[in-house]
Parts: sequence; C-alpha cells; structure tokens
Amino acid sequence: MSPEKMVMMANQIATFFATQPGTDGAERVADHLNDFWEPRMRVQLLDHAGAGGAGLHPLVMQAMVHVKRPAEA
Amino acid sequence: MKDFILPADARDMGTPARQGAPVTLLIDGVEVTVPEGTSVMRAAAEAGISVPRLCATDSLEAFGSCRLCAVEIEGRRGTPASCTTPVSAGMVVRTQSEKVRRIRRGVMELYISDHPLDCLTCSANGDCELQDMAGAVGLREVRYTAPEAGMVTHFKARNTSGEVNPDWRPKDDSNPYFSYDPSKCIVCNRCVRACEEVQGTFALTIEGRGFDSRVKAGGPEDDFLTSDCVSCGACVQACPTATLQEKSVIELGTPERSVVTTCAYCGVGCSFKAELQGDQLVRMVPWKDGKANRGHSCVKGRFAYGYAAHRDRILSPMIRDRIEDPWREVSWDEALRFAADRMRGVQQTYGAKSVGVITSSRCTNEEAYLVQKLTRAVFGNNNTDTCARVCHSPTGYGLGQTFGTSAGTQDFDSVAHTDVVLVIGANPTDGHPVFASRLKKRLRQGAQLIVIDPRRIDLVKSPHVRAAHHLALTPGTNVAVVTALAHVIVTEGLMDEAFIRERCDWDEFQHYAEFVSEARHSPEAVALLTGVNAQELRAAARLFATGGNGAIYYGLGVTEHSQGSTTVMAIANLAMLTGNVGRPGVGVNPLRGQNNVQGSCDMGSFPHELPGYRHVKGPEVRDIFQQAWGVEIDPEPGLRIPNMLDAAVAGSFKGLYCQGEDILQSDPDTKHVAAGLAAMDCVIVHDLFLNETAHYAHVFLPGSSFLEKNGTFTNAERRINRVRKVMAPRNGHEDWEVTQLLANALLEGTGRPLWSYTHPEQIMAEIAATTPSFAGVSYDLLDRLGSVQWPCNDDHPEGTPLMHVDGFMRGKGRFIVTEYVATHERSGPRFPLLLTTGRILSQYNVGAQTRRTHNVLWHEEDLLEIHPHDADNRGVKNGDWVRLASRAGETTLRATVTDRVSPGVVYTTFHHPDTQANVITTDHSDWATNCPEYKVTAVQVSPSNGPTEWQERYAAQAVQARRILPAAE
Repeated sequence: MSPEKMVMMANQIATFFATQPGTDGAERVADHLNDFWEPRMRVQLLDHAGAGGAGLHPLVMQAMVHVKRPAEA
Repeated sequence: MKDFILPADARDMGTPARQGAPVTLLIDGVEVTVPEGTSVMRAAAEAGISVPRLCATDSLEAFGSCRLCAVEIEGRRGTPASCTTPVSAGMVVRTQSEKVRRIRRGVMELYISDHPLDCLTCSANGDCELQDMAGAVGLREVRYTAPEAGMVTHFKARNTSGEVNPDWRPKDDSNPYFSYDPSKCIVCNRCVRACEEVQGTFALTIEGRGFDSRVKAGGPEDDFLTSDCVSCGACVQACPTATLQEKSVIELGTPERSVVTTCAYCGVGCSFKAELQGDQLVRMVPWKDGKANRGHSCVKGRFAYGYAAHRDRILSPMIRDRIEDPWREVSWDEALRFAADRMRGVQQTYGAKSVGVITSSRCTNEEAYLVQKLTRAVFGNNNTDTCARVCHSPTGYGLGQTFGTSAGTQDFDSVAHTDVVLVIGANPTDGHPVFASRLKKRLRQGAQLIVIDPRRIDLVKSPHVRAAHHLALTPGTNVAVVTALAHVIVTEGLMDEAFIRERCDWDEFQHYAEFVSEARHSPEAVALLTGVNAQELRAAARLFATGGNGAIYYGLGVTEHSQGSTTVMAIANLAMLTGNVGRPGVGVNPLRGQNNVQGSCDMGSFPHELPGYRHVKGPEVRDIFQQAWGVEIDPEPGLRIPNMLDAAVAGSFKGLYCQGEDILQSDPDTKHVAAGLAAMDCVIVHDLFLNETAHYAHVFLPGSSFLEKNGTFTNAERRINRVRKVMAPRNGHEDWEVTQLLANALLEGTGRPLWSYTHPEQIMAEIAATTPSFAGVSYDLLDRLGSVQWPCNDDHPEGTPLMHVDGFMRGKGRFIVTEYVATHERSGPRFPLLLTTGRILSQYNVGAQTRRTHNVLWHEEDLLEIHPHDADNRGVKNGDWVRLASRAGETTLRATVTDRVSPGVVYTTFHHPDTQANVITTDHSDWATNCPEYKVTAVQVSPSNGPTEWQERYAAQAVQARRILPAAE
C-alpha cells in the first residue's frame, strides 16, 4: 500500500479514538489495528513509525508500543 | 427434485385477516369463531365454506361491487354482500338459498353478456375466476344480447354491421412482462385497488362512468409503460380474468407445478412461488405466506428472471495461461486441476498468505460458509472478504459496538406499528421496493416521515405520501446532522431517561450528553456545513423524540462514507436516546443491499471473524473450528478487499478465487482494482457471466442461478429463507459443489480428507453445530416454519423477530461520542461538485442480471442528475453528453437536468459497465472498516462529445478479453 494511504488510514482511526473520553486512546487505537489490520499492514506501519513516522497522528505514534509485531510476514 | 409442500391453507379467504376479540356466529349451520371485524365472507372461508365472489380477494380491503357474494342473514333485510358485512355475535348466515342463487346467476349473466366466450383459446383458461364463478353459480344461459345498432359490447372489435366498435380498445402490450386486454375486463377494480393498497403507486384508475367505466393506466395519452406503473405485478396478481396477464403465461400456458423459493435480488428477501411446466419456468408469483413480503413483489423479483436463460451465460469451464490469450473451453477436471496447480504454485512461491477469496452477498449462506472454510482450512489463512465490505461493514462494526450484535433489530412487520419513520441514506422505493410498499401503507394510515438524504427521493413526495421533513444535507455530513438531532433531543430534555437508566451504560451516557450538548453541535452551528435549515432540523428532532414509536431505516447513504461507522453509532445513539429499541414499531433497521448481505456477514466471510461474528484471535472460537475441520486456524486477521488489491499491487498477493462478485465494476477506483487484478498470477472467477473482473481472470468456473440450487438466504430482518432448486443447474453443478470440487482439487495428494457434502443441508448442520446463534437452524425447521430469524437456539427455538427486548445483547447499551470529521474528499476549484451514487428500481447493482432482462426498457444507461443552476453554468442541457471527472478518473454519460438534487450535488447510478461510475470514485474509505466512500466524490462536469478515451480503450479491451476459442472438433 502506498505510504500516504497507510498514513491516512491510520490517522483516520486515531482521529476517531482521540475524540473518545478516557485516557486509553493509544491502547484503543492499537487494539483496532491488532484486530483489523493484517500482519503485512501492521509491519508496514510499524516500520514507518520506526523510521520517524512522517505524517502520523500523535496518537498513532503512542499506539505503536501496543501494536503487535507479527511473527512472520 | 422434491417440491416443497404448500401449507394446507393457501386458499384466498376473500378479505384480509383482522385482529380482535373473538366473535362466534353460525354459517350454514356451522359454528365459527373469528376476530371482531372479520367479514362474513372470511368467516365462511374459515368454516370451510366458499362464497362466490369476483371483486374480493384477501390481499385487498372489501369493495362490495360485484354483488356475487350476496348472502342471507337472519333478521336482516335483503341480501347483504358478505365481503363488506362484518360478523357480529350470534349472527345466523345462509350462504346458499334459492334467492341468493338466483341473484348470483343474474349477476353472472350480466357479466358474461359483455365478455367474450373464447375460453378455450383464452390465456387464463384454467386460471380464471370468472370461469370458476360461472361454474360455481350454475350459469347455463345468457339471455342478453347487444342491440343491433348503437351500443354494442366492449369485446367485439366491430359491430354486427362491420363498423368499428367505438367501445372496443386494443390490447396494451407496452409493458414487456404483462399485457392489458380491455376486452376481457369486468371492471372489478381489483387491479386499481392493488396498485393503491398493496403497491401504493396509484398508477391505475377507473375512467368513465357506468357502461363506459374501464381501467386506465396514467393519463389520457398514457399506456402502461408511460404511466407511473412500476411493474410490480400486484395488478396482474389481483386480476381474476385474462385482462392483466403475464406474457410468459400467454406464450407458454398455465403452469402445472410450483416450488416455494426466495428472490435473489435485494435484502428484503421476498418469498416466491416459482411456477413451472416441467423444468420450464413459467412465472414467479409472490407467496402470500412469505413473512418478508406478505404476498407482494417488485419488477425485479416478479419478472426479471430471464437472465438465468440468457445467451451470455457461460456453461463450460474455461482457462487461459495469460489474460491476453483467448479463453479455452475445457472439462471441469482440467479447469479445476489448472486452478489448483496455479494456486498451490502461488502459495509455494509467495507464501500461505499470498492468496485469498471473495464471495458475493448474492451467494447462499452455505456457499459463503464453504468459501471462507476454503481459505481458512485449505489455503490456511484468513484472507476472505465479501462484497458486504463495500456496503454494510460499518453496520457490523457500529451496531456491534453499541448494541452488541451486527444486525437489524426488527422484522418488517414492525413497520405497521411505527408512528414516526426516519429514513436516512436509503431510497426504499427503488432499492427495497416491497418494504417501501409496506412503509407507504403505514404512512397512508398517518405515520409521519422524516427523510435525511441529499436527493429528493420519491418518498419525500409521492401520491398520498409527504415527508414531514426532508433534510437535504450536503453529502458527507451525516454525522453532523444526526449528532445535531441528538443535540436538540438532549438539550430540550426530550430523551427517554427511564429507558437510558435501565437499559444503557449511564456513565457513558453522561459523557455523551455532555458532548452532544455543546453549542457547536446545535443545528444552528452546523447549518452552514450541512446545508440543513436549523429550524427544520429542530422540528424533525422534536417529532422523532415525541411522535410515538420511532423507527430508523437506513441504507448505504449512511455506511459508504469515511465516517460510515460513526454514523451507524450515531443512529444507534439516537434510538437509545429516545427509547426506541426492543418492541414492535421501533428499532434500527439497516436495509441490506443484496439478498444475502446479512447472511454472508453471519457466515464468517470477513477476514477478522469466524462464523457468528467471533474474532479469529479468540482461542476458544478457533478451537471449535479446529476440532470441526482438523486444521490450525490463523489467529491473525486477513486482508480485506481493498487491502488485497493494495497487496497485489505491492506484489505479495497473487491468487484470488472470486465467487459471484464483480469487483472490477462494483469496487471504487476502477483503475486501482484493475492494476491489482493485473498483478495477480491466478484469478479464478466463478460466475454466471463473463463479468468485468473476468477480463483479468485465468480460470472461469460457470455458476448456477438461484433457480438451480438449494441453500438459504438471510434477509435484512435476519430471516433465514430457503432457496429451493426448481430446475437442474445448466452448468452441471450447484455453486456449493463447485467450491467443494475446487477444495478437493487442492486437497488431492495432501493426505488430508476430502470434502464430502452431498446436500447443502449438511453444510447448514455444520454451521448450526459451530455457531451458537444458528444452533437451532435446520432445513427441517425451515420447511416446518417457512423461515426463521436468528438467533435461533435453545432459548429461542423458533427464532427471534425482535432483538434486545429485555436488554441489549451486549448487556448495557453503549452511547458512543460521535465527533464529525470532514472527509478528505472535498470540493474545490478543480472539482467543485459532489457526486453521490445510488440505485434505480428496474436495475440491480452492477446490472449483471437486470441488464440481461427487459428491465433495460426502463433504464438503458446511467444518467447524471444535475441541478438546473449547475447545468446552466456549464451550458449543459437535458440529454447532453457530459464529461464527469474526479481526481481518480473520468467518464462520459448523458445528463438529466433536475432539481431532485441540490445545487452543488450531482448523482448517478452504477448499473452499466459502459459508464463505469467507479472510474470516478476514489479509494477513500470508512475509518473502521475500509468500506469505500462511494457516496462522496468531488467532481467536475463539462459538456462532451461522447465516450472518453478510457471508455473506448476499456470497451476494446473487454472485447479482446472475452474471446473464446472455438471448441476443438
């Protein structure tokens, strides 16, 4: 997937959870990514965040520690 | 081929059923007890006594015009009509006496004096109530003849002197599916009443008076085709003679057997009797015991079945090495071996996750279940998705989060108890016509209607229906509008606090109430953004909160947005806020686009969940299927359709089995879809026709139509309906068998057991054994009850018509904060207009079926609706070719200038591959589910001379891609 599209999709998720009450926004973004993003997509996102995370919503960056890095793929 | 046995009482009871206190009376010495308000005619029928009648039928209110049903009632003068006389306690009725016999014979004699006596050659011969009644009343002579001069009859084209008879009218054959022969008409009014009471279109009337009375469609210059008639067939159904007759019956004769089955078009899921001669389908007649449709139908289900026998159907498997090659017809064995070798090769080279499957929501539950099993148990990954991804996936997510189940809360019968209907992002008269008729019936009884839609859909203003409020919002602002409705309800204290305290999470409600009460969510604050008048919005909110039972019906205008899931949650919030969940007449009702959207979602077709909406990460759920299938199940979610295409372009997804789905035409951003398909090494298309996706396929497996297979569909009410095989599959195999053959070709030589289903009943048994909400479902139960709504299990052995009656499935209902976030797709200087898309009554989705029927007569091309102001600015006139361009692509089509759309908004349908509206739509999608944002695309419209270069190239490529080598002799 193009990095721009991936960043946009991740940011859309963060934008929703950022509006929700509570302080667990990062965990909830990570849960959503773990539940719905196929391993290849999570790897691409984790790698992008690891390389500085250009364009990513701050909540996506905070979520990264909770996103599971798949064993394979 | 076993016919389904019709329930014992399939008789026409003469007048509709009533509900009320029991009343006991005596009819011909038989004591009978019926509900108060029942007619004497129906009571007699209940007692097994049939009173002769012509103008009465139990789908219509009594009319009392034919006087054939006269009876004697002790203590009453004269001979009242039994159809219009309600029962009363202790009434003593005689349906037979010399007096009434004489009256009936006299009535019949008059009828027959103006009716041709060509019974032997008449198309209704054997299926004519006039003929039956002539027999029943013992008519033996007709003494009346027309005078020599002057008035003659309605049925003779010329009088006895050979002059043209001015009272004779020729047959109206303008409708492609039925004919109107005025010479056979007895003016019983049943067709006119059916059009009004059942369909709600009011296209027919009786013109003239006395002897001049006759049935007329539309105005003076109209025929059936040019009138408002929507060709639903209700009038044909109601006609007791050959006056309104299916052309198929005229051509083939009367059917001799029938099988009850389920329509394969929209999510209403109408039950039909397929009526046949041998294996020749003669007609489809809506089944009055069908609980979704209650005997009604629309033009698609009733008449548009001809595609199944269309010459475009492919009946032999085909393969080719490269998509540039022509197709080669081969045996099933060779095609399956070729497909299995290629898919295995792909997996060996690129890994287990490099292949996947897509099912269509047109497929049966059993087919969808097998296809997801194929990828999970045979390919060993979770790369399964369904076209519900691109329509109602946000419903699954949104209702799952708020209520705890991914489904509508009501049955369709519920609409009869509704007081205020909120229709948002749906166009029921076109998309879900039979439900629309039931809704309009309730509106005519006085229920109020609020429509939220950018376009003035027919429901806003049609005969005897006026929306109290039409909030014509700017596309993409659903969340802002629904949140503003909640703002009014909360700030004006109109919410149902008792319901919220009892049924919902109170803390979450507090957060939510605080959020929606902020001034920035007020109708006044969002008016500029949404384009909705603040006072109108306030009035709509007050009406919904205080008008009695409030029901919300919504469609893809809600889900197909970047905030689709958020809008679904906002709708759920609104229902909870007003206490409108858990009883008849209320609820949240997603109108599903296709026949089995609900079912394909239920069957585990999504890449993150196993059947019954259980996430693949759950070890206890995986364990159930690991036990059943004897394989390890991947705990990671798989790829969704857009992700598959992205991965294909990136080179890590190389093989696809696509059952019944045309992703190239139906998915957004056609060029991206094409690039993804072109990058794959093995695309298997399993379909009735060489669809657009098949241009990029290496294997084509011919499919079977819904008439040729067994299975079940689950409609928008969660109703599981049987699909029954009415004829042998023309391609040789039912679709579930094809999937099994493919699975076995892949399993061959692996040492693992082959699949060995011999009937879809066994697949349903496996679903019931593994999926708690289906635990009680079996074909036996479905044959016994006709249909059943899930959950169906030990707690609900006969299913669940209403959900969340005593509490939400998830426990407490959750209010979720719904912040409006503007879509990235915005109009600007280059693309100043917003395009939104939808369906039209006569066509269905990508049109693969309906384009191959006479339905093209109503809609032979997609048209662009544009407001007169926007058209004027661009020099565009009605009927002109225009170029429609977005940042994704451009196409051309013809314009319809209309104020149905607001300035700044344009609208089109997506039924025709030549226009290919999805060249225009972008790859933006719902934040939670990746459901594409079909409903908002920034576009520019300009005059044009004809097809774009892309359209010409595409048409040329389609011809190339569809070449089939002549079979070797």
